[in-house]
Amino acid sequence: MHRYIPNTEADVKLMLESMGAKSIEDLFQDIPKELRLNRELNLGESLSEMELAKHMKDLSGKNKSLDDLVCFLGAGAYDHYIPSIVKHLAFRSEFYTAYTPYQPEISQGTLQVIFEYQTMMCSLTGMEATNASMYDGATACAEAATMAVENTKRKSIIVSKTVHPEVRKVLKSYMKLRKVEVIEADMAEGVTDIDHLKTLVGKNTAAVIIQNPNFFGIIEDLSSVEKITHENKGLFINYVDPISLGILKTPGELGADIVVGEGQSLGNHLNYGGPYLGFLATTSKLLRKMPGRIAGQSEDVDGNRAFVLTLQAREQHIRRYRASSNICSNQGLNAVMATIYLITMGKKGLREVAKQSIQKSHYAMQQITKSSSFKPLFNKPFFKEFAVTSEADSSKVNQELLKQGILGGYELGKDYPEMKNGLLLCVTEKRTKEEIDKLAQVMEVI
Amino acid sequence: MKTVAGLLYSKEHEWVKVEGSKAFIGVTDYAQHAMGEIVFVELPEVDDEFSMGDVFGVIESVKAASEVYIPVSGKVLEINEALEDSPELINEDAFENWIVSVEITNKSELEGLMGEEEYREFCEKEE
Amino acid sequence: MQKYNKLIFEVSKEGRTAYSLPKCDVDEAALDQMIPKEFINEEELDLPEVSEVDVVRHFTLLSNKNYGVDTGFYPLGSCTMKYNPKINEDVAALGGFAGIHPYQPQETAQGALQLMYELDKMLAEISGMERVSLQPAAGSHGELAGLMIIKAYHDDRKDYKRTKIIVPDSAHGTNPATVAVANFDMVEVKSDQNGAVDLNSLKEVLSDEIAGLMLTNPSTLGLFEENIKEIADLVHEAGGLLYYDGANMNAILGKSRPGDMGFDVMHFNLHKTFSTPHGGGGPGSGPVGVRSDLVKFLPVPVIEKKEDQYVLDYDRPDSIGKIKAFYGHFGVMVRAYAYILTMGKTGLTEVSEKAVLNANYIMNKLKKHYHLPIDQVCKHEFVLGGLAKSTLEVSTLDVAKRLLDYGYHPPSIYFPLIVEQAIMVEPTETENLQTIDGFIEVMIQIAKEADENPQILKNAPYDTPVRRIDEVKAARNPILKWKRSE
Repeated sequence: MHRYIPNTEADVKLMLESMGAKSIEDLFQDIPKELRLNRELNLGESLSEMELAKHMKDLSGKNKSLDDLVCFLGAGAYDHYIPSIVKHLAFRSEFYTAYTPYQPEISQGTLQVIFEYQTMMCSLTGMEATNASMYDGATACAEAATMAVENTKRKSIIVSKTVHPEVRKVLKSYMKLRKVEVIEADMAEGVTDIDHLKTLVGKNTAAVIIQNPNFFGIIEDLSSVEKITHENKGLFINYVDPISLGILKTPGELGADIVVGEGQSLGNHLNYGGPYLGFLATTSKLLRKMPGRIAGQSEDVDGNRAFVLTLQAREQHIRRYRASSNICSNQGLNAVMATIYLITMGKKGLREVAKQSIQKSHYAMQQITKSSSFKPLFNKPFFKEFAVTSEADSSKVNQELLKQGILGGYELGKDYPEMKNGLLLCVTEKRTKEEIDKLAQVMEVI
Repeated sequence: MKTVAGLLYSKEHEWVKVEGSKAFIGVTDYAQHAMGEIVFVELPEVDDEFSMGDVFGVIESVKAASEVYIPVSGKVLEINEALEDSPELINEDAFENWIVSVEITNKSELEGLMGEEEYREFCEKEE
Repeated sequence: MQKYNKLIFEVSKEGRTAYSLPKCDVDEAALDQMIPKEFINEEELDLPEVSEVDVVRHFTLLSNKNYGVDTGFYPLGSCTMKYNPKINEDVAALGGFAGIHPYQPQETAQGALQLMYELDKMLAEISGMERVSLQPAAGSHGELAGLMIIKAYHDDRKDYKRTKIIVPDSAHGTNPATVAVANFDMVEVKSDQNGAVDLNSLKEVLSDEIAGLMLTNPSTLGLFEENIKEIADLVHEAGGLLYYDGANMNAILGKSRPGDMGFDVMHFNLHKTFSTPHGGGGPGSGPVGVRSDLVKFLPVPVIEKKEDQYVLDYDRPDSIGKIKAFYGHFGVMVRAYAYILTMGKTGLTEVSEKAVLNANYIMNKLKKHYHLPIDQVCKHEFVLGGLAKSTLEVSTLDVAKRLLDYGYHPPSIYFPLIVEQAIMVEPTETENLQTIDGFIEVMIQIAKEADENPQILKNAPYDTPVRRIDEVKAARNPILKWKRSE
C-alpha cells in the first residue's frame, strides 16, 4: 500500500468481484506475454517522506545557489526581486492543480488571470494582442519567425548577431525544418551593423529580428531597422526584456509587428533555466496568425461577464495537419506568477525596478573600469548589463570571484571568439552598493 | 436545405454564379449548416490567382476550421469585405453573401460542376 | 462566499502600492546622461495601483472560481489528473534548486546535473529506451524533437526520400500538427472496429517514402494495441521508425515497456504519468527517449558523467541541435524525480494496476447507461459514445455541463474523433472507491435526468461561478484585453 494510492485489498476484492474478474492480472491479459516486463523495474525501494526530504536536501546542497552567492550573472536569466506574495498566491492549489481551462464555468480563476496577463503584456509592449504565454523566449522567437514566414510567404529570416546566442540556435533548429534560411546580420561596436543589414534585407525577407536591449545589454537604435524592414515589406520582430519596458519606449511605438521575449524576470525563480515563460504579442492584423492559447471576454446565459479560451480554430486540436504550430500548453502557472508580479509592482514599482537597475549597473561599470585593469568592451548606452574585458582570462576572473562568494559574468568568448576575455555582467535592483564595491575590488586585483 | 436554380455547384459545397467571364463564388446553405455558427472568414487578396481546387479562404466556427476550395481557376476581382466584420452573414443567407468574385481563366472547367438537381442528389447521398 | 466579479484594473486606485524596494544606495546620475532621451518612455506605465491586501484578496477570490485536483475528482481522459504530492512542491522550492542560474559554473551545480542524469536513467529503465533528453518543454515539444530525430536518422543514412509520417485517425490533433511543423507529409491510417491500427490499411500505406509511424499504446480508446509487435515489424521492414506518444503511459508502468514493444523514439509527459502539476495549462515537460543507435541525434546538451563529475556535453556533431533555451523545465524534473523515488519500483507498478482497475470498474458500472462502443477490458481509461438511450436532444456536452453541478470535473469530451459523442474517462490510481462510486452514481443519475427531463441538462450548469458562456460572441468580436470605459 502506498500513501498516494488509497484503494485497499478489501476495496480491490470488491471491485474485481463486481466485474467478474479474479485478479488485477486478469486486466492485463491483453498485453502479449512476450511484451510483458517479467521482472521488477530496476529502481530503488519507495522512500518515506522523511527519507525523500533528506535526499533532496542533500542533493540541492551540492549546488551553490543565490543563498550562497551574490549574483552578477544574467544573459537571459535574471535575479530580480520576487515579492513574497507571488508564491503564496500562485501556489494556491486551485490554480496549480487545475488543467487547461477547457471547462470555462469552473475555470474562471485561470481564465481571468490570463485575461489580466494579456492586458498588461499588451500595455507593456504597446501591442494590440498577445497569447497566454509559450514555453520560453527562445521558442517564442522561433514561433514569431514562423508567423512571419506564413504571413509573408517568404523564406528568409534575418537575425542580428546581437541577439542571444541560444535564441539564434533554437531559431535555426526550427527554421531548418521549414527550409527557411536564417541569415545573421553582423555587429559593429556592440550593436547591429545597419549598413550590413541594409545589404541583406530584400524581397525574400520575411522578418528582421532584433533584440533590445541586445545580448550585451545595449539599447539598439531601432528606428533605422524598422524603416529598412518595412520598406521591404518584411515583418519587424523585437525580442525584449520586459523589465526594460518599465523605462524604455514600447516596441509598439517603435513599429514592431511582433514582440517576443523571456518573461522569467517577472516573478519567476531562476530554476536552473526553467520553467520560464515566453511571451508573444502582435498587431490586430496578425492576431489570427498568432499561435498559442488566448483568453477572451464574453457573457454567460445570464448576461454575466465571463472569460473563455477563444479563437481556438487556429490551434492544433482543431486544425490538425493544417496547423502552423503544434503548441498545446501555455506556461500557465508561470504566467500566473508574472501576472501577480506585474500587479504587485504596479505602475510605479516596475519603473523603479528598471531605474534602479540602470543606476546600479552604471555605478558598477564605473567602479569596475576605474582602474586600468578592466575596460568597457563597447561605448554605447546600456540597460542593466554591460560587457568588459581585460588581459586576464575571463574564466580565471570568474573563478576568483566565486572564491569570494560572487557569481561572476557570462564569458563572451564562448559565443563570440573575438571577445576572448569579455565578461558580460548584470546588475539588478537587488544588488547593493556594498556588493558592487566588493565585486569591483576583487576584479581590480585579479 | 436551400439551393438556388441557375447556379453551379462543387462537391466541396461551393456555388458559382457565372456572369460572362466573371464568377461569384460562395459556400452553399448545406455547408454553412454543417459548419455551425461562423465566427470568422479569412479572405484572399484582390489579384491573387488560384487554380481549380486551390484553397482560397478559410471559414472558422468555434470548433472547426474549414478550407474553401476554388471551384474554377481565376484571378480575384473583388472580395466581400462585409464578411470581415459580419461573418454571420453566411449563416443568414449563404447564397446572397458571396465570398469572392473572380475573372475566370478556363471556362471549360465549369463543365465539371453540378447543376441544382444534381447537387441536391449529391447532398442526399452525403447524409 | 461573495460573488466576486472584478478585474484588478477595476480595483485599482491612484496612489496605492503593493511593492516595497530599498532606496537606491549608489550615487545616482541623471537618467538622460545614461540613456538618450529618445529611447525613454516619458509616459506613465499603464499598470494597476493596488495595495498588497488588494492583490491577496483578488487572487484568493479568483482561485475560488477554479477547480483543481485538490478540489475534487477530475476524470479527464488522456490527461492523467492524478494527485500532485505536496512534498514535491517543497523540494522543488529548495534554494539549491529554485535559486540556481543556468549559466553558473557546472562545478557549482553538481546536484542539479546529478538529478537530471539520474532522472534520464530512471526514465530509460521505465521505458526500455537507451537515453532520454529532458530538454523538451511539453508533450508536443517532445513530439517535435522526436520527429526531428527521425528525420536526422534517415538523413544520416542518406535516405532522403522518406518524407511521410503515418498517423492513425484516432490520434490527438497534436500528432498531425507536429508532422506538419516538422515538415513531413502526413498519411492517415484507419482504425479497425476495435479502435486498433488496421493492419491491412497499414500495409497499403507502407513504402520506402515512410519515415515513421506515430502511435500511442494503449490507444486513444484506452485499449492495448495487441498487434503492436506485428505493426513494429511491418514498419521496420519498410525502413521506417516507430514513435511512441507517451500520453497513455500511466497504464503500463512496470508492466510493459515501449522499448520492448519495438518503439524507437518516444516522449514522456512528466505532467501526466509522473504527477507534476498541470498548472492550469502548463508548465509541462516532455522528455524524449531513444534507442541506442539514435542517441547521437539527441538535442544538445546531454548530461554525461566523467569520472565523478557531471557535465553538460555540447560536443555532439550529429545532434539535432538546440530546441529550447537552457536545459528544459528543470523545476518540473525535480518534482518528477521526487515522485519516482517516492513510488519506488513496486509503487510505480501499483500505479498502473490500480489505474487500470479503477477504469475497468467504472466502465463496467456505466456501460448499461451509456453507449460503450467496444466492450472489452480497458487499460487506464475508456471511451463511451454518449448516452445509451440516445435522444437527439441531449448531447455529450450537456452531460458534461450537468456534471459540473454535481461537483465533478467532466471527462474529456468529443475526443477521440472516431467515436461519436465521445466521453473519455480516466480516473487515475489516486482516487478511492467511495469517490469513484459517487461519480458513478451521479453519471447514472444524469442518464436518468436525460431520459426524464432533458431540459435540465440543456440548461446546465446552474451552480457554477458562471453559467454556459457564449463562445460564438467571444470569437466573432474578440475582446482580448481590458479597456478603460470612456
